[in-house]
Amino acid sequence: MREGGFYFLTGPSGAGKTSLLKLLYLAQRPSRGLIRLFDEDIVTMPRKRLPGFRRRIGVVFQDFRLVPHLSAHDNVALPLRVAGVQDRDLEGPVQEMLAWVGLGHRATARPATLSGGEQQRVAIARAVIARPELLVADEPTGNVDPEMAKRLLHLFDGLNKLGTTVVVATHDLHLISSIGRSEMLRLDRGELLDPTGALRHPPRRPEIGSNGA
Amino acid sequence: MKTGVRRFATADARLLPEGRLAGPMPWVLAIMMFLTLLAAAAGFGLGSAARSLSADVGNRATVQIVEANPDRRDAEARDAVALLQHQPGVEGVRRIGDEEMGRLLAPWLGSGGLGGDIPVPAMIDVDLTPAAYSQLDRLRAAVETVAPSARVDDNGQWLAPLGRLMRALQWLAVALVLLMIAATAATVVLAARAALDTHRATIEVLHLMGATDVQVARLFQRRIALDAAFGGGVGLVAAAAVLLLIGSRVAALGSDLLGSAEIPAAAWLLLVALPVFGILLATLVARAAILRALGRML
Repeated sequence: MREGGFYFLTGPSGAGKTSLLKLLYLAQRPSRGLIRLFDEDIVTMPRKRLPGFRRRIGVVFQDFRLVPHLSAHDNVALPLRVAGVQDRDLEGPVQEMLAWVGLGHRATARPATLSGGEQQRVAIARAVIARPELLVADEPTGNVDPEMAKRLLHLFDGLNKLGTTVVVATHDLHLISSIGRSEMLRLDRGELLDPTGALRHPPRRPEIGSNGA
Repeated sequence: MKTGVRRFATADARLLPEGRLAGPMPWVLAIMMFLTLLAAAAGFGLGSAARSLSADVGNRATVQIVEANPDRRDAEARDAVALLQHQPGVEGVRRIGDEEMGRLLAPWLGSGGLGGDIPVPAMIDVDLTPAAYSQLDRLRAAVETVAPSARVDDNGQWLAPLGRLMRALQWLAVALVLLMIAATAATVVLAARAALDTHRATIEVLHLMGATDVQVARLFQRRIALDAAFGGGVGLVAAAAVLLLIGSRVAALGSDLLGSAEIPAAAWLLLVALPVFGILLATLVARAAILRALGRML
C-alpha cells in the first residue's frame, strides 16, 4: 500500500479482512513475517514504542468499542486526551466533529442510549478527530443509512485528500465505486487474490482487448 | 510527553466509572489500618512499660535485715546503710521507715500498725549503677561483714520474666504490624488485578489509541490511593478512639504497671504517620501490579 492511498478491502466472511486490519492497527502482532508501517518494521518493534505508532492510526472498530461510561463527547475526545491536548483546546474540534457526523445534539448521551448507527458515527468521529496518518475502518457503514454512509465516506475522502492513508474493510460494492481513485484489495482464505495489483480497479477500467484488440 | 500524561490522568480521571473500584475496598483497608494501628500502639505501649519496669526495678537491690532482736536489727541496719553509702557504684540508699513498712504490710496485718511483737525485717532500698549491679555478690559480701543477718535481694531477678514477656509481646506486635502491612499489600494487588479485569475492554481501547502503560496505570493508582486515604483516615480515627478509651480505663484503674504502658508523644506521631505510609504503600504496590499486568498485554 502506498502512502496517501485509499484502499477497500473486500472478500467473503472469514477471508481474513479483520485479521489484516488488526495487524495494521497493532492490535495483534504476527508470530512471523514482515510488516512495515511508516517505514518501520512493526513486527520486531519494542513494545514501548507501540503507543507512539498507535497515535498515528485511527481505528473504526467493527463493534465500535465505545467506552460505555463516557458520553459521546468524551468518547470522541479520548484520542486527543491521550495525546495530551488540554480541555480548552479540544472542545472546538470535538463539537465540530460531532456536528459533522450529525450528533451535535447528542454530545452528552452515553453509548447505551445511542442507536447502533449513532454509536458507529461516534466511533468514526473518534477515529478521525486526531487527523491520523492511517485510518483503518472495519465495516464502518454497516449500521447507517445510505445517506449517512455517503456522508461518512465523504469524510474519509476529505481526510484522504489531506494525506491520510485510508483502509476500509467492506462488503458494500456501491461504497467501493463511490471513491473514484480508490483501490480494491480482495482477500480469500487469508491470501490476496491480486498480489500484483493489476485488477485493483476492475469496475472502472475497460477490459484490455474488449474492443477486439 | 510528561505533560500529556499528567493531563490525561487529571482530565480523564472519570474514565473509570465512579464507585466500581471503590466498593468494599476502602472499608477493607480501613479495617486493616485499624488493626495495624492497634498492634503498633500495643507495641509502643509494651515497649514503654518494659522500659519503665527496667528503670524502676532494674539496677536496684533490697537489703533485708532479718534479725529477730529489734535493737540488733536496728544497729545492723544503721551499719549497713553507712557501709552502702560509701560503696562504689551505689547511687542511692534509702531505709524504709516503720510508717511506710506499716502501709506496705497493712493489707496482710491490718491497719493497727506493726507493734513490737512482730519481727518484721528492716528494709533498705539500694540503687546501683549497672556496673555495680552486675557485681551484686561483692556488695552482698561487704554488707554481710557489718550485718551478718542481712539478705541482699536482687529485685530484677523477680521481675525479669515479666520484662521478658513484655519484650516478647512487643516483638509479637511488631510481627503483627509487618503481617498486616503484607496483607494490605496483597489486598491492594488483588484489588488492582480485579480492577484491571473489570476494565480490560476500556484499557484495550486506550492502548489502541496510543495510551502508554503509565497513563493507564495512573488512572488506577489514583483511585486506589483515594481508597487507601479513606481507609487510612477511618482506621486512624477508629484506632485513636479505642486507644483513648483504653487509656482512660487504665487511668481509672490506678495500676502503676498498666499505667506505665502509656504511648509516648513521638510514638503518637509515628501512629499518625502509619496511614500516610499505608497510602504510599498502596499506591506504589498498585502501580507496580498494574504496570506488570499491562506489560503482559499487547
